[in-house]
Amino acid sequence: MAGSTLVINDLHVAIEDKEIIKGLDLEIKPGEFHAIMGPNGAGKSTLASAIMGHPKYEITSGTVTLNGKDVLEMAVDERAKAGMFLAMQYPSEISGVTNADFLRSAINAKREEGNEIPLMKFIKKLDKTMEYLEMDVNMAQRYLNEGFSGGEKKRNEILQLMMLEPSIAILDEIDSGLDIDALKVVAKGINAMRSNDFSCLIITHYQRLLNYITPDFVHVMIQGKIVKSGGPELAQRLEADGYDWIKKELGIEDEIEVG
Amino acid sequence: MTTQVQYPFDQTLIESFSVQNNEPDWFKNLRLAALEKFDALPLPNPDRTKIDKWNFTHFQQHTQESSVYTNVDELPEQVKGLINVEGGVKNLYVQHNQTVGFVSLSDDLKQKGVIFTDLLTAIKEHGDLVQKYFMTNAVNVDENRLTAFHTALVNGGAFLYIPQNVQIDEPIQTIFVHDRADAPLINHVLIVADKNSAVTYVENYFSLNDELEGIANIVTEVIALDNANIKFGAVDTLAQGITTYVNRRGYAEQDARIEWALGLMNDGHTISDNTTNLHGDGSFADTKTVVVGRGKQIQNFTTRVIHHGKGTEGFILKHGVVKDSATTVFNGIGKIEHGASKSNAEQETRVLMLSDKARGDANPILLIDEDDVLAGHAASVGRVDPTQLYYLMSRGISKTEAERLIIYGFLAPVVNQLPVEGVKKQLTEVIERKVK
Repeated sequence: MAGSTLVINDLHVAIEDKEIIKGLDLEIKPGEFHAIMGPNGAGKSTLASAIMGHPKYEITSGTVTLNGKDVLEMAVDERAKAGMFLAMQYPSEISGVTNADFLRSAINAKREEGNEIPLMKFIKKLDKTMEYLEMDVNMAQRYLNEGFSGGEKKRNEILQLMMLEPSIAILDEIDSGLDIDALKVVAKGINAMRSNDFSCLIITHYQRLLNYITPDFVHVMIQGKIVKSGGPELAQRLEADGYDWIKKELGIEDEIEVG
Repeated sequence: MTTQVQYPFDQTLIESFSVQNNEPDWFKNLRLAALEKFDALPLPNPDRTKIDKWNFTHFQQHTQESSVYTNVDELPEQVKGLINVEGGVKNLYVQHNQTVGFVSLSDDLKQKGVIFTDLLTAIKEHGDLVQKYFMTNAVNVDENRLTAFHTALVNGGAFLYIPQNVQIDEPIQTIFVHDRADAPLINHVLIVADKNSAVTYVENYFSLNDELEGIANIVTEVIALDNANIKFGAVDTLAQGITTYVNRRGYAEQDARIEWALGLMNDGHTISDNTTNLHGDGSFADTKTVVVGRGKQIQNFTTRVIHHGKGTEGFILKHGVVKDSATTVFNGIGKIEHGASKSNAEQETRVLMLSDKARGDANPILLIDEDDVLAGHAASVGRVDPTQLYYLMSRGISKTEAERLIIYGFLAPVVNQLPVEGVKKQLTEVIERKVK
């Protein structure tokens, strides 16, 4: 799949009538890796879920386009077929459906009827990818995410990413709950995807992941907006100094919940 | 005022049927004694389903001569799909309505003393064994009107006996083909696994055409003597016009194990009772049931494990999908009798509703008469989880396909446990056809 350009323009997102994203702009071009960092509650995960079409989130205004096409008009599966992928922070568990059957259904969903992936080719690719991600081969026959540890779930998200080969991936806190060895494996998987045809939006709370995946751009998100953008050095400054200096620099007051 | 109900059977019919079959006197007398009790006994009383207006006892003709299958090639195509034709048919009984259609048992098992034959032959040739276990330990003749009706009029079925210390690796399979509305299936399967034996058995009740009307009265008795191990699988797919009473009952002696995997996919009104009596100390029951209710059918599934012995364990799992305007009631009962200390009764019932007009009722019951025990239950009635749908769709899978995967996965516990590939495949196909 050729690379994709994702353009987000003045996006506003609400959940249960509470506005979380308050006018966000972002453009990701083919081959680019962007990172969005921000304190808890900034709306980072909401952004990821809203772009993918999670039923709980309501887009109140703004546009999202992929290669010029209106993403917000697409059903969730159409977004995936258009080349989008979201590695979720909390992947669902689906009992009774094996990881392997699920992956094959997902791969075939993107292909024309009558042009399904040959079984042997699928198995080879699955084996190879699982080996690359240092996953136990038995996980292919386990039910999708059922009883997986937090780390196994994250690894399984990256397995899906590598098997489905989207043109743009959003990684929602893929590093949370991972020990350093697992983090390295996950980063290895993501880096293996790097090409001119693949772009990535990495959402993270910590700079740690960015030691292993170097982003081209780093954005700081506070109170539902991107307030500052820069290169990889911005992430290092955030790790060292936190977010307060940005708030001070931009005159952002902490929001106080009115009870 | 009492109304005299006219039944389509009487002493004369039963006597002549029994004589025609050359049944021994004890069996004929059992039938006649049951007939006498029949009318005074109450119908079964499945919790939360009213069945007094249902027809369980009226039929046009008691028996019908149907064709025999002289070899595997003559079996109907749908039946061939259920068996492993290429591997060579080994241990198979096919019944065509009430006629013995096809019986086969491997020489190896014959030499080991395994008995596998139709019930009416077993009554004649293995009378002692049958008499000892037929409607004695597991189901009683006078439990209710339908068990008495069954005993009086039983007109088909199979008998399987596994001698002591014989462990059978290959599954034993029965298929009951039903294709005539005027032939009531009053069918009895009796399985006796003697001490330290092991067997895997799977049965299909199968309507060949969808337009059939009539009744099915099925009693299955599964007896596991000390330390025996029985794995029992069943897939029922009787037609919409068939009203079914099905009673599958297990009886486990010391350290015996009975595992049930039941795919109850009838399209007609159905009352199903699946009870396991854990009689001996250390005995074990695991019962998994999946069902789909559709159209206007009313179904009631009672699953019960009764703990008599000490240190017994019973696990009940029931997953049901209800769509259209079907009504499905699930009663799960774990009963621990006084003295059954250190026992464990667990159950889980989940119902997935696919329509606003459907009714699903999950009714978990624990009856405990002993202090030193473990027990637990979980029950839920709900819709397909939108977050799960979203997750699958976010990988490019269409909504329809995502729902199919979730429902299929929900009903998978029984599919996975069935021992014969063809039966597994059939249940999968039936599920897909029914939930679509």
